[in-house]
Amino acid sequence: MLRLQGLTKRYPTGDLALNGVDLEVPAGQVVGLIGPSGAGKSTLIRCINRLVEPTAGSVFLKDEELTRLRGAALRRSRRRMGMIFQEYALVERLTVMENVLSGRLGYVGFWRSYLRRFPPADIARAFGTLDRVGLREFVDKRADALSGGQRQRVGIARALQQEPDLLLVDEPTASLDPKTSRQIMRLLREVCAERSLATIINIHDVALAQMFVQRIVGLRQGVVVYDGAPEGLTPEVLTRIYGEEDWTRSIRRDDDDEASPPVIEEACLEGLT
Amino acid sequence: MSEAAAYPSTWRRPPAIERPLLRWGLVAGAVLYLVLAVGSLEVNWLRVYEGLERGWRFVAGFLHPNFTDRWEDIAIGMQESLTMTVTSTAVGILLSIPVGIGAARNLAPAPVYYVCRAFIAVARSFQEIIVAILFVAMVGFGPFAGFLTLSFATIGFMGKLLAEDIEDIDEAQAEAIRATGASWLQLINYGIQPQVMPRLIGLSLYRLDINFRESAVVGIVGAGGIGATLNTALDRYEYDSAAAILILIIVIVMIAEYSSSYLRKFLQ
Ligand SMILES: Nc1ncnc2c1ncn2[C@@H]1O[C@H](COP(=O)(O)OP(=O)(O)O)[C@@H](O)[C@H]1O
Ligand SMILES: [Mg+2]
Repeated sequence: MLRLQGLTKRYPTGDLALNGVDLEVPAGQVVGLIGPSGAGKSTLIRCINRLVEPTAGSVFLKDEELTRLRGAALRRSRRRMGMIFQEYALVERLTVMENVLSGRLGYVGFWRSYLRRFPPADIARAFGTLDRVGLREFVDKRADALSGGQRQRVGIARALQQEPDLLLVDEPTASLDPKTSRQIMRLLREVCAERSLATIINIHDVALAQMFVQRIVGLRQGVVVYDGAPEGLTPEVLTRIYGEEDWTRSIRRDDDDEASPPVIEEACLEGLT
Repeated sequence: MSEAAAYPSTWRRPPAIERPLLRWGLVAGAVLYLVLAVGSLEVNWLRVYEGLERGWRFVAGFLHPNFTDRWEDIAIGMQESLTMTVTSTAVGILLSIPVGIGAARNLAPAPVYYVCRAFIAVARSFQEIIVAILFVAMVGFGPFAGFLTLSFATIGFMGKLLAEDIEDIDEAQAEAIRATGASWLQLINYGIQPQVMPRLIGLSLYRLDINFRESAVVGIVGAGGIGATLNTALDRYEYDSAAAILILIIVIVMIAEYSSSYLRKFLQ
């Protein structure tokens, strides 16, 4: 589904944020991208949808090369890639519905979007995705009236509204409490499985990543230094990614199963306001 | 215990200018300049005395404002001023939107940015009176010159403030809209407009206020409106009619001020 070849980014300031990254993500796979601050995680996913212009290398989405595209073709390829942000990046003064519908902007013309007259199918889909993320009754609320967890759900709904092939997720839980973080990660994993989306999730929390993703890629100073199963994150590997530290406590133990209190967590999810 | 005593017990904020000589030199220089500047003003006390008397007649006129003698002129002037104000505000704001967007560094490509910034700089560097004199020379006496003047000034004022607002937006919101594959116009409509709209409305109402006051001023140089009527009254030494006009201007400015602050509160 997604293939990166020798992706390199050097910022005008001289920082080499990515240094020849090769990566392949098949449909339906959720990849956790971990690494210290400044490793180039955000740069990597922004180079994929070209919010940041890569210096060298190429990005293929379903065999189409994205790095060459410009103008309308670039916009058409962007609508196949949903993006989810750390600080949610909702348009605060717009309603939840407008935020979700903005996921269709790549598909509708200017006047339709200006007059908020989206095709009926888009509106039905928006209600459906809002229902899926548990925000059916928040349609007319303004985005800035929601809690952090709710905002991130709207962010997810906006990305899904694009009907993407690929989800790019930049630290979705960094501003959330531990429990909401788990709920959001679980939701992400579920929707990716339902729609067999290829997904890259940048994440700080190693234990959380191990709980919810199928594959971990470790980035250090713009270079992939680990690519494998979550179980393979041994203290040696973590030292390779993050540097010297006592890692024994931050790795998930086998008995620490994420599904252990499922009833309680789902109940809380319903009562979320 | 004895350790605590070893720390200094006084502390002063470091001065903005480190070197004492430079610091005091600047202060002394400023005072000297002020003294010399005041000394260089030539005041003709006899003229001031005469002027005081004329000023007093003016004040006396205020006590007996005369609305009736020149009522027709006043009504026409008022109507011209109000028309000038509303039309120039509307046109100025409409035109200031593209100029403001073009002058926002985060939206416009470099050539457009520099052209718009230059236009704003020119529009803002000339006082309304000077612009009015120019337009009167171009299109002749009357309210059309005033309309052009105020529209021009409004574009400069609103364009600059709008551009600064756009540069201060939360980039993440705009980036998220761009990431959906939105076109440039959709980016403006969804990513930028919601962030700057409330302030744009507030500024527009404020500019309506300013334009009414300015419409009275530009009339004095021949650009029509109530200012022209006021100028005529003063030329004829009809201080009672002039007083009536000034009172009307004050009342209208107060109404505009009150209603615009009410509207702004209502809109937020
Ligand atoms: N807009 C930018 N301009 C210049 N340098 C940048 C910019 N964004 C990121 N960098 C640099 O690129 C490197 C990687 O940053 P980033 O991708 O944000 O890392 P991460 O998301 O892993 O914390 C850092 O050294 C950072 O300073
Ligand atoms: Mg980052």
